Amino acid sequence: MEKKRKILVAEDDSDMMEQMNIYLESNDYRVLKAYTQEEAEKIIDSGDFDAAVLDLMLENPDSGFILSHKIKKNFPDKPVIIVTSVAKETGVYFDKNADSNNWIKADAIIQKELRFEQLKKELENLFSRSK
Amino acid sequence: MNKPEIKLKVIIVDDEHGMCAGGERCLRNYVIEEKEFSDKISFEVKSYNNGKSAVEAIKTEQPDILILDYKLPDMNGLEILESVEDKKFLTIIITAFASLDVAIAATKKGAFDFLSKPFTPEELRESVKKAAKSLYTARKMKSLEEEKKQVRFEFISILAHELKSPLAAIEGYLRLIDERVRGESLESYDQMVKRSIERINSMRKLIADIIDLTKLESGRKKRNIETFDIKDLITRTAEGFSNYAAKRNIKINLSCESFYVKADQTDMEMLVSNFLSNAIKYNRDGGSVNIDVKISDKNISLIFSDTGIGIKEEDLKKLFNDFVRIKNEYTREIEGSGLGLSIVKKIVDYYGGNIDVKSEYGKGSVFSVNLANIAEEVGVGKEI
Repeated sequence: MEKKRKILVAEDDSDMMEQMNIYLESNDYRVLKAYTQEEAEKIIDSGDFDAAVLDLMLENPDSGFILSHKIKKNFPDKPVIIVTSVAKETGVYFDKNADSNNWIKADAIIQKELRFEQLKKELENLFSRSK
Repeated sequence: MNKPEIKLKVIIVDDEHGMCAGGERCLRNYVIEEKEFSDKISFEVKSYNNGKSAVEAIKTEQPDILILDYKLPDMNGLEILESVEDKKFLTIIITAFASLDVAIAATKKGAFDFLSKPFTPEELRESVKKAAKSLYTARKMKSLEEEKKQVRFEFISILAHELKSPLAAIEGYLRLIDERVRGESLESYDQMVKRSIERINSMRKLIADIIDLTKLESGRKKRNIETFDIKDLITRTAEGFSNYAAKRNIKINLSCESFYVKADQTDMEMLVSNFLSNAIKYNRDGGSVNIDVKISDKNISLIFSDTGIGIKEEDLKKLFNDFVRIKNEYTREIEGSGLGLSIVKKIVDYYGGNIDVKSEYGKGSVFSVNLANIAEEVGVGKEI
């Protein structure tokens, strides 16, 4: 049997974490939970994950960006998805394609409230691309 | 802390050199103190001796106060005032011909005050002081208004965020249930339903807290100050929490004598229930909460101690701010509005009291509320 892919999920709301866990596990992924930027950094340092889904705001308002930067520096091929509600609340949209300086090191940015199917599709997409 | 001085720009327009030099001298080291906000106002003075250069200077320098001689060689004071459209300054008109006509015309053109020649340096300062205070008050009001709007905006933004988080969580669970991610057996969804209900309850609590807080803040809370036995009130409030505490096997111990206090009962209920709910919520299973009430003279201390998770030193100072929730591995799944301590702080402030917090991370916390002058003298309350 193929080994389950490990998804690092960084999310500070315990219910959102639980839901991602339930959903991703039911789709044959394994979830590595990080409730804080610090916990996520430890998992990143270990390198033992296949993709990351990062909430933008953890203990810092830009935790997601910092973490994705760190991942892409060390593991450029591992897919990273940032989940954010910033756009809705501030009207500031992060557009990966318009990011000419390429400072957003994520492969996809999903707006909250995210649909689980959307997350699943993005992951499948990114995994098939990185094959 | 030293605040920077507020510098007001003054332009003096007079064709007599002596007037300009005298005015400059008289205002150069003049400082007005505004004690309420501990502000100091000082002046930066420039002078011009004809109308044309004055009009130019008014446009480029943007003065705060204009001291204007009515009679100038090339034009009169009113013509100067007329030629400036957007007047953001106050004008003091100097005239040797103190006539009512000039005064009326100048006032119509926006003059703030009049000085008739000859005048003493004191009189000049008095008039400038009046203008400066008027400017100061108007600007202060404006900046306070702005500040208030900003605070309100921030409060509402955070509130919106705080209400959206539980909604997103509940919606998420409903979608998972809708998709039957855990199969057809109902029991598999128990935890999801339980968490959804908990988040709904905490949302309801948030709304109730918001109502309490805004009532307290706006000063619109109607208070009914009456004499009642504090022990009865605490006992009653604690009973309301007995199920909640029993679920986690937490003991509530009350050590309080019957004593009459004079206060609003709903205030005291809010106070006791917020501290009590925190002491249970942030406790460990099987722990305990002690409520000690101490009375000396007319002062009363309510001491809530718990055997809970404690608070880190660096988190202590944030504790009483709106929407503050201390996040760590112990508090992750504990629901709360982050407003409880803001509410009690406002109540305690109203009674002129104070709150003292001592805490040891991992061991427990002690919140002491000291309220002065609310305890009734023995016997007085009992007669009522």
